[in-house]
Amino acid sequence: MLEVRELRAGYGPVEILRGVDLDVAKGEVVALLGANGAGKTTLNRTLSGLLRPRAGSIRFAGEPIGGLSAEAVLARGLVHVPEGRRIFANLTVRENLLLGAYRRGRARRRANLERVLALFPRLAERLGQPAGTLSGGEQQMLAIGRGLMAEPSLLVLDEPSLGLAPMIVRQVLELAAGLARDGLAVLLVEQNVVQALAVARRAYVLEQGRIAAAGPAAELLADDRLRRLYLGL
Amino acid sequence: MVDPSIVAASALHGLATGAVYALVALGLSLVYGVLHIVNFAHGSLLMLALYGVYFLHERLGLDPYLALPVLLPVAGLAGYALHRWVIAPAGGARDENVLLVTLGLALVLENLALVAFRSDTRTIETAYSFSMVALGPALLPLPKLVALLGSLVATLVLWAIVQKTDLGRAIRAVAREREAARLVGIDTRHAFALAFAIGTASSAVAACLLLPSYYVSPQVGHGFVLIAFTIVVLGGMGSFWGAFWGGLLIGVVESLGGLFLGESLGQIGIFAIFIAVLLFRPTGLLGRPL
Ligand SMILES: Nc1ncnc2c1ncn2[C@@H]1O[C@H](COP(=O)(O)OP(=O)(O)O)[C@@H](O)[C@H]1O
Ligand SMILES: [Mg+2]
Repeated sequence: MLEVRELRAGYGPVEILRGVDLDVAKGEVVALLGANGAGKTTLNRTLSGLLRPRAGSIRFAGEPIGGLSAEAVLARGLVHVPEGRRIFANLTVRENLLLGAYRRGRARRRANLERVLALFPRLAERLGQPAGTLSGGEQQMLAIGRGLMAEPSLLVLDEPSLGLAPMIVRQVLELAAGLARDGLAVLLVEQNVVQALAVARRAYVLEQGRIAAAGPAAELLADDRLRRLYLGL
Repeated sequence: MVDPSIVAASALHGLATGAVYALVALGLSLVYGVLHIVNFAHGSLLMLALYGVYFLHERLGLDPYLALPVLLPVAGLAGYALHRWVIAPAGGARDENVLLVTLGLALVLENLALVAFRSDTRTIETAYSFSMVALGPALLPLPKLVALLGSLVATLVLWAIVQKTDLGRAIRAVAREREAARLVGIDTRHAFALAFAIGTASSAVAACLLLPSYYVSPQVGHGFVLIAFTIVVLGGMGSFWGAFWGGLLIGVVESLGGLFLGESLGQIGIFAIFIAVLLFRPTGLLGRPL
């Protein structure tokens, strides 16, 4: 579904991603781990077209998407739920969700809204409320719901559990696993290493813009050297 | 003691002027809410629109109110183009630069107007310029009544666009979260330029409503920008209804101030209110963003 090869990107003179290779297949959760500042968010932003790659290739559903606009990448079904949720706090919950399907027709929007609300009953109760008045966990659900409104085939979740209570963290990660079971591909950036590896099939560890380790989640968890070096366990 | 009917008439006058102020302020406020800059060129664009109405009337005999369907799309397109291809590229990514670009633009437009139209103050005369309408005990010139009602309608339309349409939602989304807006597929450059276009178009509406009871000169925008800025701060930066009520309030205060203190002192009331608000309620009367 997603094939990233030798990807390089950065800001101004600074190169942050220095040759990244990564794959995500349909129906799997892939965890992307790494210390703060490793370049995880930069990778996500490059995948979703917010940042132009400098070199290397990004193929999605068989087509090259490197260098396309964010709008074009979205239209192909790669949806990025950004770090820090970035909901539209001044808009209502309903408006936030509808904007998720901004490029879709009315009928599709309605259908998607029903589907997403069935997944998040809490949001259904709060449709008319300004999104900024939601709790942190609800805001994260809204951010994911807004992403799902765009009908993704690959969902990129950047630290969805940031700042949430442990019980909510579990819910969010289980949600990611459930979406993958339904056929979505999920790239999951996480700081909660153990919990992320529990729901992921495979994982990558990013270190200073390079993939330092990769493999099945269970193997990474079992490898003492990796645990110490990269996972902080 | 002043005759109550004169006070009532003065208050009505003020309300009518205030409704137009509110419209101009709403354009400024919308652009502020989305682009986070005070658009100094706002008054110059109003000035150009007033000249547009003036020449359409003088050269083509077009009634100022009927000029609206001509001027509205022209102003909208001009506003769009101005932001997309002049202000945004010249300002780059930094808001401060954009601010300076609008200031420079104001100077350029005003001086071009001085060269092209000279500094004369111009007015137009229509068949209804001096018609009066009795509203209870007070008499109001017909153009003032049209300005009042027209501004109210335009304000409601503006509100509906911002609150109820896809475009309005996109504009509000971009105002708050530029990057997340791109992630849902909003073309942010397009949305910014559209917000600017709507701001410019509101000035064009104001120009059509104003000219029958007002004048135009190359500097006419100054007073409006100052008052509109006062209103935007008074109402709470970026607050829609704040700007609306602020506009009405300023119009009435200015008119009654003129009545009791004389023309030249009338505006003191405005700035007294402005300073009081900044001292006691710096977020404005209805301080809640867009
Ligand atoms: N907009 C930006 N401009 C310049 N440098 C940036 C920008 N965003 C992030 N960086 C830098 O890029 C590096 C990687 O950041 P990021 O991708 O956010 O890491 P992570 O998500 O893994 O914590 C950091 O050193 C950060 O300071
Ligand atoms: Mg990050």
